[in-house]
Amino acid sequence: MMKQPAPKQYPKPPEGTWTEHYPELGTGPVSYESSISPEFYELEREAIFKRAWLNVGRVEQLRRNGSYFTKELAVAKTSLIIVRGMDGKIRAFHNTCRHRGNRLVWNDDPRVESRGNCRQFACKYHGWKYDLDGKLSYILQEGEFFGIDKADYGLVPVHCDVWQGFIFVNLAKEPEQSLREFLGPMITAIDYPFHNVTERFYYRGDIRSNWKVFLDAFQEFYHPPILHGRQNPVMSNAEYQRMGFYTMHFQIDGPHRVGSTSGGGGGQLPPEALNPIEGVFRSGLFGPWDHADLGTEGFPPGLNPGNKKRWGLDSFQIFPNFAIVFWETGWYLTYHYWPVAHDRLLFEATAYFVPARNARERLAHELGIATIKEYALQDCGTLEATQMGLESRAVTSFPLGDQELMCRHLNKVVNDWVDDYRRKHAEVRP
Amino acid sequence: MADALLPAEFSDLERFAKDWCLATEPERYAKRLASTMDEMQAFYDAVFPRAEEAIVYCDKFPLHDLPDDVHRLLLLLYSLILVSFAVEIWRQPRIPDTGTASFELEDAPVP
Repeated sequence: MMKQPAPKQYPKPPEGTWTEHYPELGTGPVSYESSISPEFYELEREAIFKRAWLNVGRVEQLRRNGSYFTKELAVAKTSLIIVRGMDGKIRAFHNTCRHRGNRLVWNDDPRVESRGNCRQFACKYHGWKYDLDGKLSYILQEGEFFGIDKADYGLVPVHCDVWQGFIFVNLAKEPEQSLREFLGPMITAIDYPFHNVTERFYYRGDIRSNWKVFLDAFQEFYHPPILHGRQNPVMSNAEYQRMGFYTMHFQIDGPHRVGSTSGGGGGQLPPEALNPIEGVFRSGLFGPWDHADLGTEGFPPGLNPGNKKRWGLDSFQIFPNFAIVFWETGWYLTYHYWPVAHDRLLFEATAYFVPARNARERLAHELGIATIKEYALQDCGTLEATQMGLESRAVTSFPLGDQELMCRHLNKVVNDWVDDYRRKHAEVRP
Repeated sequence: MADALLPAEFSDLERFAKDWCLATEPERYAKRLASTMDEMQAFYDAVFPRAEEAIVYCDKFPLHDLPDDVHRLLLLLYSLILVSFAVEIWRQPRIPDTGTASFELEDAPVP
């Protein structure tokens, strides 16, 4: 048995700090005006969420031809239909009938996302029908319309592409980059057996904070021993409380970033480092202790990009609002941060495991996902408090440490994308 | 007991079955928030020591073909997991410092 683990520091790049390894980030205090300004939010909607590729789900949500789901995108004031056509191809459309603009696919409440399987979409209002590839196929009383050609009235398509089973959309008329160009070499290096890791738990939260304020708490490991200190005896031990926790490795590639940390080591910890329930179900803060069989040979390419010993997890932050967290024991977690207003977001956390073969494995998953809720709700409460603190504008300039490199990077990328949009927008207006 | 909810081997836990064998996480979480710490301590003190035996018992059956009473035993263990946070860590039903934020499990595998 190991002793109570002690926090470790890890080597830094030759420049002395991670932040100075990326000199474009600077080291000065930052502003969070971009998280409290309704005007800035309006710019972000155009400059970021209507230009970047956005992940809206996975191919396993569309298992059969005719499977579809709808996705509400408040940030773009639209709803999308994501559908696997009768040809097996996945397409995305604005969820709007071409006749008089009614929301096309919904059940009971038009604000609630829906899913199902069908052969065509029929509008609830006047019965116009569309094939799953978007073609308008039927108009009631077609002869009453004036020179109408159904070929001109298909559903409005949205650019849609798939990487490693993740379905992305791009709301631009013409995306500036293909999905793979946008994802770049660091992300596209990932080759993980997602298709074998399909047992899915989906959480959804309604949080009153800016999406970036919230995301920032999920891209630094500086806060866990404090904010989540009581939840886990490892983090509440005296050494962690005195020294804090250090990230092993940071890496930035374009608008995306990753941080890697050590693992939970649950199976090797002495009982006093565990909550009693963890010892029974062999699971906890870092998920199940026992390694899942991912069904592939060797270590998945692209993970542990720093090639660190005692690697435990990678937190890949894919711009703007999507994260994939890979855990050493063979499961993964995604986060989505969907802005609803400048001071509100929809937070989605989805955990994926190799499907349980028995109750023992299923219970280890259950404890893992229950633990997510316990810590995520603490983040939710605290980040509403942060939003309130920022909105007071009593303080307008905030120091970030080297462990908060990823927060600094997001802040810069958001400002860069908005500046770029403003510049291009100014060019086309005389 | 002809109308027992749990397998006979777990008749000592039968008194908790009606309240705590709940099919979904939102139901189980709502039950935790609606319970007193005395109720949850009594539940934990009774179920926790039987957890390992209960896992072994469940695993005598295929996970996707559990008899009803065994499925309820599994649900009781799911409730034990949620109750454990209140009993072992927070000493109160609610997670501290969480304000009015909501975070609900809307989709999960069955069982």
